[in-house]
Amino acid sequence: MVLSAADKTNVKSIFSKIGSHADEYGAETLDRMFTAYPQTKTYFPHFDLHHGSAQIKAHGKKVVNALIEAVNHIDDISGALSKLSDLHAQKLRVDPVNFKLLGHCFLVVVAIHHPSVLTPEAHASLDKFLCAVGAVLTAKYR
Amino acid sequence: MTLTQAEKAAVVAIWTKVAPQVDAIGAESLERLFSSYPQTKTYFPHFDLSQGSVQLRGHGSKVLNAIGEAVKHIDDIRGALAKLSELHAYILRVDPVNFKLLSHCILCSVAARYPSEFTPEVHAAWDKFLSSVSSVLTEKYR
Repeated sequence: MVLSAADKTNVKSIFSKIGSHADEYGAETLDRMFTAYPQTKTYFPHFDLHHGSAQIKAHGKKVVNALIEAVNHIDDISGALSKLSDLHAQKLRVDPVNFKLLGHCFLVVVAIHHPSVLTPEAHASLDKFLCAVGAVLTAKYR
Repeated sequence: MTLTQAEKAAVVAIWTKVAPQVDAIGAESLERLFSSYPQTKTYFPHFDLSQGSVQLRGHGSKVLNAIGEAVKHIDDIRGALAKLSELHAYILRVDPVNFKLLSHCILCSVAARYPSEFTPEVHAAWDKFLSSVSSVLTEKYR
């Protein structure tokens, strides 16, 4: 799947509007994911998964920062996330379906906090971008 | 997702066996698809889907021959299937989940006919290959 120039513009614009809230959106995304899709907790037996936990905050920040890296290198997401891709393939082995769930929750968070930003076209671009990130992170699984 | 040299070799090797029976295997794969996953019939309201129907054989042959094209151009599946990709994006719009279902049925048909050749490694190679074909056919959807 290829991101068009318009997609890239839309995604960069969305992330610039999110700006400094990124960390907190990351935490909220995870929180929503664990609540709506409890099976995703399977990958975090070592975490305190209560609302507002310090670990969720820290991990949310990590996840969102990786997305920001991808946005900053939107013409070469595979390059930018190559190490993360290795990590997911060799150690984490998160089942690919979960990337869709995480992506969905992130979209929901953006929609809630920035409803006017998420026009149908912007929504489609962000969804494509998140799919592309998911594809990169699972590309080395086999 | 990229295919290794060994995987490409495995795909090509099985294809040489499949090629002479393209019509039969194609028809069988579709029959399996429509029996196990009746919702897939939604894309064929204009077909006679009974076992042995002329339309089933004709269409099965079309589908498997397209896969044969992809095998022949295994280093550039995107190029080989560019027109089919557009057809699926702009006209057919088959929901992406169905490609997994059809791939599964093709794998079952091939496994049933060539049990000793269908080793775990060959199975994995074919599954990756059919996933690549499916990605190409859905990549212009948006």
